[in-house]
Amino acid sequence: MIISSRKKNEELLQALEGKGKVFLVGCGACATACRSGGEEEVFAMQEWLQSTGRDVTGWVVIDEACHIMRAGRDLRQHRAQVEEADALLVLACGAGVQSMSSSTDQRVIGALDSLFLGNIRRFGQYEEKCSLCGDCILNETAGICPVTNCAKGLLNGPCGGLEEGRCEVDREIDCAWHLIFERLKRQKRPGVFARTVPAKNWGKVRKPGRHKIKS
Amino acid sequence: MSHLSEQLASGRFVVTAEVAPPKGIDLQEALSCAEGFDGITAVNVTDNQGANMRMSPLALAALLVRRGIEPVLQLTCRDRNRMALQSDLLGAAALGVENILLLSGDHARFGDHPAARPVFDLDSVQLLQVVRGLEEGHDMAGRPLRGAPHFFAGAAVSPEAEPFELMFQKCSKKAAVGARFFQTQAVFDPHRLERFMEAARPLGVPVLAGILLLKSARMARFLNEKIPGVRVPAHLVERLEASSHPLEEGVAIARDMTACARTLCAGVHLMTLGMEERIPEILQG
Repeated sequence: MIISSRKKNEELLQALEGKGKVFLVGCGACATACRSGGEEEVFAMQEWLQSTGRDVTGWVVIDEACHIMRAGRDLRQHRAQVEEADALLVLACGAGVQSMSSSTDQRVIGALDSLFLGNIRRFGQYEEKCSLCGDCILNETAGICPVTNCAKGLLNGPCGGLEEGRCEVDREIDCAWHLIFERLKRQKRPGVFARTVPAKNWGKVRKPGRHKIKS
Repeated sequence: MSHLSEQLASGRFVVTAEVAPPKGIDLQEALSCAEGFDGITAVNVTDNQGANMRMSPLALAALLVRRGIEPVLQLTCRDRNRMALQSDLLGAAALGVENILLLSGDHARFGDHPAARPVFDLDSVQLLQVVRGLEEGHDMAGRPLRGAPHFFAGAAVSPEAEPFELMFQKCSKKAAVGARFFQTQAVFDPHRLERFMEAARPLGVPVLAGILLLKSARMARFLNEKIPGVRVPAHLVERLEASSHPLEEGVAIARDMTACARTLCAGVHLMTLGMEERIPEILQG
């Protein structure tokens, strides 16, 4: 899921300057799961906004804020409250914020920072394991992604900063290449070490993203 | 043919040293440092080392060429994507730079621009392959070059890194894709250097052992904490600590490591960090 965290009050106040009436939007998917934009956080935001002297005209938690059509539909159901507001404050990832901004010409303000595609270890502890690079090498690297887990995204083994199997950027973190090496050894196969991996095709990361998958 | 490649081919013990481009455009210190080297075959020009922004090493390397000093241009993957790397390599060749040392580069997080977006579009192995392609007359896209460059391309290795086997597979890959020489990260442990050389010798790539001049126990501790891949063993830190003349002790340590490298390696790469005048003493080892 997409891990997000709430922006600091300071930054929110700046973005909300001159906006006395606010409509709140949360997300029932990722932002609820990582507790940055679920019902609870929407209520907390409402209280905080009121403490700054603002009115909250209404709120909605959309099942999946990244669903553009659903987001549009949910907003329409709250048309009066939305139109009364000076701005929509959206507690969702960047995708969710943009579902809103593509559904209304009202001022849309994002309340969260989107951090990464995260695995959940336990509540509150998320790990980035995949960077959606569009060119997956996991089958050769014993299921450990060097693009994401190596600080430099190296494809042909560790850098010179490797020390006792730890990463040069953070000695608390295992070197991804060390993990790959150890697991491949346990699997008794050379995997990625058997070849020189050519330069990555970053052309597969499409920006602006326009993937359309037909079913 | 560069002097470096000739001398390594001749089997003579080779000494390289290094100079950092200035932060700013005042070249006096860097040039007088490079001109002051005695008995050095080639001078490495570092590339935003430690991820601290400085003048382009290509500019300083070209200025050294003009002064008759042979540079080893260091080029990292941290700050340039594949297009910038290739275009800098072509520029280097046009400016008379033949020796290059291809590196991944310290992560930007260590330096003075920690908010910079690290590039790492290529890794050092892939960059070595790119160099071979340029020499063969084509770029990474397979397009022909009008005038192919000629390089003497080397790579870095970390003989003391653990696990050894993992570090060494990268080293083998570098040799396999055409590294013509290795300069090592600073080494302090003769046994580890020996173990590395036993494994590396069959690769047939000459190795210049990295010798770093320790000036004080404080510096040694700083290196251990802040510089990736450098590990000063505790007994040497203690030796520096106990000495009333730590710099002299540091020179002695460097001299001993040089003596060790003479028996094991094709040469040494000296990192004297502003104490270039001590090089003759270090080389007595």
